[in-house]
Amino acid sequence: MITVEQRAEFRKHFRYNVSRRLVTDKIIKGVVFGCVVITIIPLGSILLEVFRNGASALSIEFLTQVPGAVGEAGGGIGPAIQGTLLLVGMSSLIGVPIGVLGGIFLSEFGNNRLGKTIRFFNDVLAEFPTIVIGLFAFIMIVLVFGTFSILAGMFALSIIMLPIITRTTEEALKLVPISYREAGYALGIKRWTIIMRIILSSAKSGLVTGIMLSVARIGGETAPLIFTILGSSQFFSGFDQPMDALPLRIWRLSLLPYDTAAAQGWGAALVLILIVLALNIGVRYVFLRKHGRSLHVRITGGG
Amino acid sequence: MSSYENMEGHYMSELQEADKMETVTKSPIKHSSTEDVKYKLIAENIVASYDGVVAVKNVNMKFRDKAVTALIGPSGCGKTTFLRCLNRMHELTKNAKLTGRVLLDGEDLYSNEQDPIINRRKIGMVFQKPNPFPTMSIYDNVAAGLKLNGLRDKSIIEQIVKGCLEMVYLWDEVKDDLKKPGMSLSGGQQQRLCIARALAIQPEVLLMDEPASALDPIATQKIEEMITELKKEYTIIIVTHNMQQAVRVSDYTGFMYLGDLIEFGETKQIFENPRNEITAKYVQGQFG
Repeated sequence: MITVEQRAEFRKHFRYNVSRRLVTDKIIKGVVFGCVVITIIPLGSILLEVFRNGASALSIEFLTQVPGAVGEAGGGIGPAIQGTLLLVGMSSLIGVPIGVLGGIFLSEFGNNRLGKTIRFFNDVLAEFPTIVIGLFAFIMIVLVFGTFSILAGMFALSIIMLPIITRTTEEALKLVPISYREAGYALGIKRWTIIMRIILSSAKSGLVTGIMLSVARIGGETAPLIFTILGSSQFFSGFDQPMDALPLRIWRLSLLPYDTAAAQGWGAALVLILIVLALNIGVRYVFLRKHGRSLHVRITGGG
Repeated sequence: MSSYENMEGHYMSELQEADKMETVTKSPIKHSSTEDVKYKLIAENIVASYDGVVAVKNVNMKFRDKAVTALIGPSGCGKTTFLRCLNRMHELTKNAKLTGRVLLDGEDLYSNEQDPIINRRKIGMVFQKPNPFPTMSIYDNVAAGLKLNGLRDKSIIEQIVKGCLEMVYLWDEVKDDLKKPGMSLSGGQQQRLCIARALAIQPEVLLMDEPASALDPIATQKIEEMITELKKEYTIIIVTHNMQQAVRVSDYTGFMYLGDLIEFGETKQIFENPRNEITAKYVQGQFG
């Protein structure tokens, strides 16, 4: 037991300096706020710069037409927009189901040696330089089929997506409380049905976040595309043909020494940012609809 | 309520009597009218452990049909683990081991031919914390066990959902909000929703793991009234920390301590005339 004298002694050791606490509190708040500002400055200045330089390039023709002759004004980035949408869409068709199922495996059945091994290599793959994945696709698809193609690009981009989706899916599923699983088991529902119909939908917002992260990531990838889709100034003409994509177009335009090319590059960058943003908001709006929730909550995930 | 509170003085003399008795009753005490009463569920020699730590030591219990059996005992005595053995939920826990038999209508749940999924449909379970499925509406929560088990007929589902919500006295409160999320209800309503969900798959036995411990007295009272009503049709086994609740709702009470079933008998007898010293101390609130 603690005696009354001891307790009085203990109390002396506590600091009751309120004004000092308030000051500390303010300092910490200031530091945290400062860090937020530091984080926002590059984001804001990039967006500002892209809008300032790119907005003037935007026009219907710019969005719909094929690129003009090198060094001359006119022409657009139509094929690049088409290519990016096509590549992101097709890669998602391959990457999302496989990635989600992989995540399910790791979360539900991966609590063993095999799971740990797969998780480790999955993490390694997520950190792989994407140019290496581009080279891999080049060797596996481009050299084998003898042509640069959208298929090769899809192959590379879906490999880049996979580990991100697998990992975020696994983490999202692990966050679902065990009580929902138990409720499902107690109703005599099969394990697979519980996973697919109860656990997955409970983890929906985490899942969508992971998928959108990976979509944003592959939307901006340039290096692997150089080895796979090569670039083109024509609209889609077949999955076995080279294709253009926005990051690739931005990169090529930035290499040209003409002012018109630079302006078009900024315009293309702005379009790419807007596409990723629109996809993000659109997907969240469609998949995270909840009863009586405002648009803001749907988009930000409810916070 | 009253019967328990008025017993204080009575207990002291009972306790002295209990001191003289040395019997530690591990098996159910035979009631005089045992033979003509049907046992719905029989647990034989249940030994359950997690990670090698034995939580339930060789428990034998028989549960009568259309009656409420309460399991009481201090925290960590194995009540919940034992309850989870009765519908094969225990085996879902990692590193869980179990030996013994559980007979439902004479059939062993743990024999290999018995599918745990089918058994769990016959034995419903209600958990300590209300756990409605977060992404489902009130209606879908009750219908979940039906739809996810492959029932397609919408009119049947509708009848069952309405009927089950009525059984838990929730229908009048939610009939206009069936499409609202299950999570939008209050704690007590959520728990009744979960009971309706458990009833929807038409079980024969209902296991309740401290169903009212997270609820306020009014919600608790509603749940207890409902249990009294449900008992007409179901075999109900309820784990509770609240001894007054055991007195109020149960017909039979089992007292568990350190993984053993110390005493099992009619609720009145357990609380008024316990045969075992530890039981006597526990029901008087001297420890636990």
